[in-house]
Order: sequence, then C-alpha cells, then structure tokens
Amino acid sequence: MKKSSIVQAIMLATALSAPFAMAADKPVVGLITKTNTNPFFVKMRQGAQEKADAMGIELRTFSGKFDGDNQSQVQAVENLISAGAKGILITPSDPAGIVPAIERAREAGLLVIALDTPLSPATAADATFATDNFKAGEMIGQWAAATLGDKAATAKIAMLDLNSSQITVDVARDQGFLKGFGIELNDPNRIGDETDPRIVGNDVTSGAEEGGRRAMENLLQRDPEINVVYTINEPAAAGAYEALKSAGRADDVLIVSVDGGCPGVENVKDGVIGATSMQFPLRMASMGVDAILKFATTGEKPQTTEGLDFVNTGVELITDKPVSHIGAKSSSEGLTMCWG
Amino acid sequence: MANSSTLKTTETADHELVAASASGEVASFEAEKLSLVEKGHRFFHANPTAAPAIVLLLAVIVFSLIIGDRFLTPFNMSLILQQVTIIGILGIAQTLIILTAGIDLSVGAIMVLTSVVMGKMAIDIGLPPEISLLIGIATGALAGYINGLLVTLFRLPPFIVTLGTWNIFFALNLWYSKSETIRSQAIEQTAPLLHWTGRTIELFGAKLTYGSLLMLALFALIWYALNWTAWGKHVYATGDDPGAASLAGIRTNRILMSVYIVAGAICAIAAWALIGRIGSVSPQAGMTANLDSITAVVIGGCSLFGGRGSIFGTLIGALVVGVFRNGLALAGVDVLWQEFTVGLLIIVAVGMDQWIRRV
Repeated sequence: MKKSSIVQAIMLATALSAPFAMAADKPVVGLITKTNTNPFFVKMRQGAQEKADAMGIELRTFSGKFDGDNQSQVQAVENLISAGAKGILITPSDPAGIVPAIERAREAGLLVIALDTPLSPATAADATFATDNFKAGEMIGQWAAATLGDKAATAKIAMLDLNSSQITVDVARDQGFLKGFGIELNDPNRIGDETDPRIVGNDVTSGAEEGGRRAMENLLQRDPEINVVYTINEPAAAGAYEALKSAGRADDVLIVSVDGGCPGVENVKDGVIGATSMQFPLRMASMGVDAILKFATTGEKPQTTEGLDFVNTGVELITDKPVSHIGAKSSSEGLTMCWG
Repeated sequence: MANSSTLKTTETADHELVAASASGEVASFEAEKLSLVEKGHRFFHANPTAAPAIVLLLAVIVFSLIIGDRFLTPFNMSLILQQVTIIGILGIAQTLIILTAGIDLSVGAIMVLTSVVMGKMAIDIGLPPEISLLIGIATGALAGYINGLLVTLFRLPPFIVTLGTWNIFFALNLWYSKSETIRSQAIEQTAPLLHWTGRTIELFGAKLTYGSLLMLALFALIWYALNWTAWGKHVYATGDDPGAASLAGIRTNRILMSVYIVAGAICAIAAWALIGRIGSVSPQAGMTANLDSITAVVIGGCSLFGGRGSIFGTLIGALVVGVFRNGLALAGVDVLWQEFTVGLLIIVAVGMDQWIRRV
C-alpha cells in the first residue's frame, strides 16, 4: 500500500515535470494580468492560451494578488527575463511603478506589449493593445443623449466610477461618456472637475456590485431625481440597478456601462442596462501572442492604429434600443461575442 | 467569567466609589487626586462601548447640522443600516474570534465562497433553495472548522492560519464559480428565498431589509450567548488568559473550536445577506470585507488582545463607519477623504483602547 503510493507519487512527479522538459525548446511568452479573479483577465488568459497552443508557443501566466499589486508583477517580469522569454504581455496594475522592471526586460531583448491598460508613459512598452476606452465611454454617452432626446438638456446624471486613484481606464471612460453626452469637460485627465449642473455627483464602486449599490444609494439621497446612470463596468451597473429597484426607480432610469461580459450583455437583454460598450479581451491577448511571435521570427514590432498611440482592439455598442446615427449590435448578437 | 475583567473592574470601581464617598481622611485625599481625565478613564474602563457610542452620536449630530434634512431622515438612517448589514454580520464572527485573542482574515473569503455554494446549489444543480441555504451554512461551518483545527490541533497562530485559508477559500471560490457571476434574474426566478434578505418592510418612512433585521437578531442572540451562557463566559475566559482558563477546568481547545465553527456559520449568513443586497452571486464580491469587519470590531472598542469587548460595540463600530461614509458622501466629500477619515477613526479607536486598558 505504502510502496504503491510512493510509486504513484514518483509517477505523478514525472508526469508533472514532463511538460517542462518538453517545453524547453518552444519559445516562451509571458502573460501577466492584474488579477486572476476578474473574468476579463480569465478570458484574456484563455485567448492567449488558445493562440499559444495553436502556434506551438509555451505560455507562462502570472498575476497580481489584487488589483494594484505591483510587487507580484515586478517579480513576474523578472522571472520571465531569467526564463529567456521572447516577450511579455502585461496588464499593468501600477502603470508607472512597473516601468523600471519593463525597461530591464526590453534591455534584455524582450518585446513588451501592454494589454488593456497603457503604461505611464505609454512609450515605455513596445506597443499597447487596448480598447479605446474614451471611445467606449463616448459611444454610451451619445447613445444616452440620443435616447433622452430633448430631455438630455435637463438630465440628472450619476457617475459611478471605479476608485479614487484617477487611473487611466477609469478617467477615459468617465470623460468619454461626458463628452459623448454633450457635457463640457474641464481637464480631460481628471474625474469630477466638471461644473455642469446636470451631474449630480461622482461616487466610487470598486467595479463591483456592492460598491455600485452603495454609490447609487448615496447619490439618490443627494438627488432622488437622477435619471441617467453611467457605470464603470457591468457589475457596478447591476449593483446600481438593485438600488434603483429598491427605490422604485428601476424602470425610469437609463443605465449605461462598459465591458461586454456575458452577464452584462444578458442584463442588456433584460433591460437592466440600456447600452454597454463591449471590449474584446480575447482578441487583445491573441493579437498580443501573434505580435510577439512575429517579433521573435522577423524582429518586426507592431504598428499603432492611425490617430491613436496604441493598437485599437475594437469596441462595439450593444443595445436593444438602437438610435439612428450610432452603429450598434443587439444583445442577441452580443451574446455570441461576449466574454466571462 | 465572561466579563471577568469587566466585572472585576466594576468591582474595584465600586470599592473606590465607596471609599470616595466614605468620610475618611484617606478617601478625601483620593477624591482630590481624581482629575477629570481620570474620571473619564474610569468611566470608559467600566463601559467599553461608551466611547464608540459617543462618537456615533456626535457624528450623527454633526452630519445632521451640516447636511440638514437629507441626512437625518428615517429613510437615510435605515439606508445606513442596510449598508452596514454585511459588515455587521461579518463583524459578529470577527468579534467572537477576536475575543479569543485571535483574528480571522478569512471571513470575507468564507462569505464569498458560501454565497457561490448557495447560488450554484440552487441554480446550477437545482436543489430547493432551503436546502441550498443549509448547504451553504454547513460549508461556512466547515470552513470555520478547518480554521479551528489548524489553530487548536496544530497550534498555529490564527493570523497565519486565516491568512492561508483566506487564499485557499478564495481560490476555491474562483475555481468553483469559474469566476462567473450568477445573475439576479436567474436567482429571482428559481430561488427567491436567497433574495429574502433583500426584501424590505416600511416602518415610519424607514425601509428596513430582512437582512438588517437578521443582523440585529444575530447581534442579540450572540449577545445573549456571550453574557448569559456558560459557553460565553468560557469564550471570554479563554481569550483573557487561556492558561488560567484551562487551570479553571475550561477545555479551551473545545471553546476555540466552537468559536471558529460558529464564526464560519455566521459568515455564511452574511453570504445570504450579501446575495439579498447585491441581487447576484458574484465571486468578486466582498474583496474588502475582511479588513472592514476588523475595522468595525476595533472601532467598537474590542481589544485585539482578547477577552475584553462587547458584541454591541461591533454594531456601533460598523454604524460609525457607515454614518461617516454615508454622511461624507451626501456632503459631496471626495472618496479619498472618506478613506482618510476611516483610517483616522481606527487609530483613534486603538489609541483609546490602549489608554482605557491602563489601570
């Protein structure tokens, strides 16, 4: 009994070590995500893995322990340098803090591509593959204004942001929405400095249901007549909806969001969310793996999308109440493209 | 033995009061020496929940004056109660652990894991919601049992044990849920019982959820258990001085074990309240719940060194945080200053605790 379990253990150990031995001659590509919990990053990893398997690449994945965990990401970069990786795909938790580690990687000859979140400065990476978050915000802003029609001039808007750190994605979506809605921006790199009286207030959600609900409750206390709600992502939107439902306002408030996760798209279908801007994490990752392989074989670096300082991986408006001048896909179509 | 320390101190305070009121020379000498600060010290020493209660009262008054009629309404007060429900329930579990001189970093993870278990059982497997709920609570108790086993049998420090199980439970949660959210609509259709905690009853303009009422009932229940049962007295004794407690014939390991199991089950009840509040079952919920529950306990005047503190202190602690967050938000104060204020409250609370503990 005991002997057989030892034999089993040895067999298991050999079985486990086999992939490592086999992988030695495959090119290595690293993927470092902010966390391994968010479905967005789970999907991103899946996209990278599928692509890597198809191309005969060894993918090594790492992630921070929580959003904002720079230390783990620095360690992951260091591990990948010493593993002789060809390139790194990274969603930086701390876009400025990670830069020294990224510089060491590039000096060591690795191609570094930022996914989803640009580094600060963006030029610290060889390329950025991301959603145009400003555009994503702008689309739902335009949609909301068009849907309200004349009433847009007297709208009361709640802004449900991510957190108080003013990070790029948060700022771009927030400001994009406001511009799309037709509200004059002050500093486009800053959330909450607008003076338009239509904005009831900003509050933070941590991008989660509980935060969304609390923020919505508190803003409703400031002004019970809120009729437009911008949310940083769909979980926050779902939380905000619960608060509105509890206040008896579920049916006469317009909620807009960004992400394109499957639960979010289903919420569009059910009328919880009016419109959402879908992004494409799977595409981001698979394009990233392609770019690194191309660099490894030809030495060629990816080119940015015209007019932007990054490679745009696309954004799509999902709504079942389309307005004439903004192209949109229905929630049924959205469900075939959604992630998570 | 429950309030062995508090009992003792009230006794000494009584002695001194008697001595002070006696007309002996020595007594008048002592009375002269009692400055206002010393009187305050004695008062807070004898009433550990007085300090947070005063802070709560002052906060309500100040916010009412600043914000006016939008703050001090029955509806807004009930809203604050709704907003602190989850942290309040987790705070009960946390208080029990902290009373035994432990700390539980895994409460949030147990809550999320059990909420996922409840949701999966009811929606994916299709069990009746009552059974799903019970399985969830059993899962919570099991998680607590694992913590308790590691603390008692392997004699590992609770901080390390729960730091480890926090990661383990959270990883299990992600694995089991596949990081996927179960939507509110799906739960409403097949397992409305899981939403029961989010239903409201109106009372004089206040909107109370059953979740909040459940929280208050749990506070009352645990208060009773801690103060009026042998078990409760043993919990305090074990936290105060495990050596002495075991010399007195208390089987401290059994007490610790029971505390961790009860705490785990309470986390599962928090999970139920969580589902009622956010509608959906999200594997990403409750990320900050661990620290928030410790914050509530600490502001509530519970000593991190064990054996001293009141369960209602935790309720007050949770309400203090809730009132500040709500009040500052209504006043339009930037979120980072809300965080700043909560940080300040924690330090003041622990500072007070250190000062009060000095005899």
